[in-house]
Amino acid sequence: MMNNLIILPIILPAMIGAILVFFSKSQQIQRFISVIAMTAILIASIWLAIDVYNNGMRVIALGDWPIPYGIPLVADMFATVMVLLSAVIGVCCLFFAFRTIHPDRERFYFYPFYFFLIAGVNGTFLTGDLFNLFVFFEVTLLASYILIVHGSTAFQLRESFKYLAINVFSSMFFLVGIAYIYAATGTLNIADIGRRVAELEQDGVLNVIAVVLLFVFATKGALFPLYFWLPKSYTGPPAAISALFVGLLTKVGIYAIIRVFTVIFHHDLSFTHHFILVLAGLTMLFGVLGAVAQYDFKGILAYHSVSQVGYMVMGLGIFSPLALAGAIYFMVHHSIVKAALFLFSGVAEKITGSTDIRNMGGLLKTHPAFSWLFFITAMSLAGIPPLAGFFGKFSLIVPGLEETHYVVVAVSLFVGLLTLFSMMKIFSHSFWGRQKHSSTQANIKTGGLLITIAPLVVLTIVMGLAAEPIFFYLLDVAHEILDPSIYIESVLGE
Amino acid sequence: MELLMSVVVGVFFMVGTYLLMTRSLIRVVIGINLLSHATHLLLLTMAGLKTGAPPLLNRGETEFSDPLPQALILTAIVISFGITAFTLVLAYRTYKVNKTDDLDQLRGSHDE
Amino acid sequence: MKWKTNNLLFIHVTRVVSFLILAFSIYLFFAGHNDPGGGFIGGLMTASSILLLYLTFDKRKIDEMLPIDYVSLISAGLLIAFGTGFIGLFIGDPYLTQYFDYFTLPWIGEFELATAVLFDVGIYLGVAASALVIILTIAGDQ
Repeated sequence: MMNNLIILPIILPAMIGAILVFFSKSQQIQRFISVIAMTAILIASIWLAIDVYNNGMRVIALGDWPIPYGIPLVADMFATVMVLLSAVIGVCCLFFAFRTIHPDRERFYFYPFYFFLIAGVNGTFLTGDLFNLFVFFEVTLLASYILIVHGSTAFQLRESFKYLAINVFSSMFFLVGIAYIYAATGTLNIADIGRRVAELEQDGVLNVIAVVLLFVFATKGALFPLYFWLPKSYTGPPAAISALFVGLLTKVGIYAIIRVFTVIFHHDLSFTHHFILVLAGLTMLFGVLGAVAQYDFKGILAYHSVSQVGYMVMGLGIFSPLALAGAIYFMVHHSIVKAALFLFSGVAEKITGSTDIRNMGGLLKTHPAFSWLFFITAMSLAGIPPLAGFFGKFSLIVPGLEETHYVVVAVSLFVGLLTLFSMMKIFSHSFWGRQKHSSTQANIKTGGLLITIAPLVVLTIVMGLAAEPIFFYLLDVAHEILDPSIYIESVLGE
Repeated sequence: MELLMSVVVGVFFMVGTYLLMTRSLIRVVIGINLLSHATHLLLLTMAGLKTGAPPLLNRGETEFSDPLPQALILTAIVISFGITAFTLVLAYRTYKVNKTDDLDQLRGSHDE
Repeated sequence: MKWKTNNLLFIHVTRVVSFLILAFSIYLFFAGHNDPGGGFIGGLMTASSILLLYLTFDKRKIDEMLPIDYVSLISAGLLIAFGTGFIGLFIGDPYLTQYFDYFTLPWIGEFELATAVLFDVGIYLGVAASALVIILTIAGDQ
């Protein structure tokens, strides 16, 4: 009976999304229901995380069909961390959306698709079946297409068409990869594939499948050289939606890469994981170079999230417990910090009416609280101790040196320096200097908006100060991931 | 039969990819559609063709073909049905708002 | 969507054919339990029969005849489908577990009742309504 707890983070947002459609005319009822629902999802996620930590992995066979024939939902520690993260980001972005989203958008099914997106994201984290992963990917993407085009300005329409075409193309290749895997192993249950791959002695075929799936997930997660769609698609929509996307959507791709390349494709580490490491280095470098050249507030942040995807994948490429723990820590840290920064860009846009940092200036004088909160978050992203970003990078660089991947470590240090540089660029342009906004704009109150972002800022400080207990927990998670037999045995029940 | 299907799938992928890279919006949509057909055929072919009777009980058959790929394709068709409908509407709106269906002119500049 | 032509033959054939299609779609829906058919294909056929009415008669007339908000119908379908999954939870079985039993009813004889049908009803409503929403949205744009 307790196993049914796993479905709550998926089915709750899905049902709430369906219910909210009925109330699309009334702003008040929609907000009321969505606050209650989001809180319930958060509570369910915390409950699930605690339960899995205490009692071990939970597996549920949907429809009571015996595994591996039916579709299982699997909640291991890694998945529950991600589900909890999505709930936290979801709550903060929802409250920010209340204050910034235009009433017309609220009436045009903004909240239903917000919840469908959360349902899809949680589904990808929890599913134990490769085809079901595809289905949840599509649920997430369909909701994201609609949220990204919400408002239909010319810029949004143009960019979201490209976003859609690229994502549909990579989804097709996901199906191709599934077809190959089904032909090679005769099953689609991730744990069962993992077991049969070990018996299959055809590394060539497996490497082909690995590369096809890596292409798919790299497109969704914005890895080099497939990141080109991300910056513009993430600058189009309003800040609340951009923050939600950057916190959750790219993480879905990275999560899938980590899951697939630990349970299934660990037969030929020197090929696959070395390849991933090279991609990680290139992603970091090109992402940050793009950011340095930008003058758009959101554009800089979007390019940075490309570069930081590189760090997460670097942890997988190094493939040691500490590196994986670091990668997961970095994913959590990045979601929180980057969502907060995108929300800050929304605040800055509300004050100055622009997203170009060359049109801003002197915000420190007129909005000191906003400026210092931004400063803390930006420093966390740049990796200044004792904030969370420092421990994320530190825990990737140490195992990198231990495993003698000197080049990628050097790249990551250099990228860290450039990150600091471009964060300072935002700060010196828009917060220092001459005041460029009018005195009426200077009197705009931002307190209500800042309260919704403050939890994220507090979280990044807490994650930095409490890095040691968090890492003990994440090392447990990493050990669980690195030993696929734990996953395989608990799912198949042997 | 598998060989023939592989060739067909290859041709579909080729045409789909070609259309995806053309400049007209509607051709891109058709390209996406063709690619989805190609992947559905590929799924069917990879699981083996004509290995038995249709997977229906109480018909006096003993040898059945694998029902799973058919279930997968049905799901994939439903999804691509939804995506195609959305793509068409989006392409139409893009055309209306930007007043062009030429992707070269939809590229956008850096100063926005 | 006002049509100038008033094709007598078309109108009279539609009056019969659209109800035949509707009847066949319901047959397909129930056949789906053990044979080819089911909620998805049944829903699509229902949508096509209603669409035929929209094609033949005025949109305003059909909207008066069928005062249904199709968008709400989609979410109603989704809610039915998701909701059926919870039946198993009360007994302690996993989500989406299905149950069926045979009953002997007067006049009809032995009859099978299954919870899977309820799930299919949800799919049927969702598919029929979303197909209609998609087509009417595209067609209704001037």
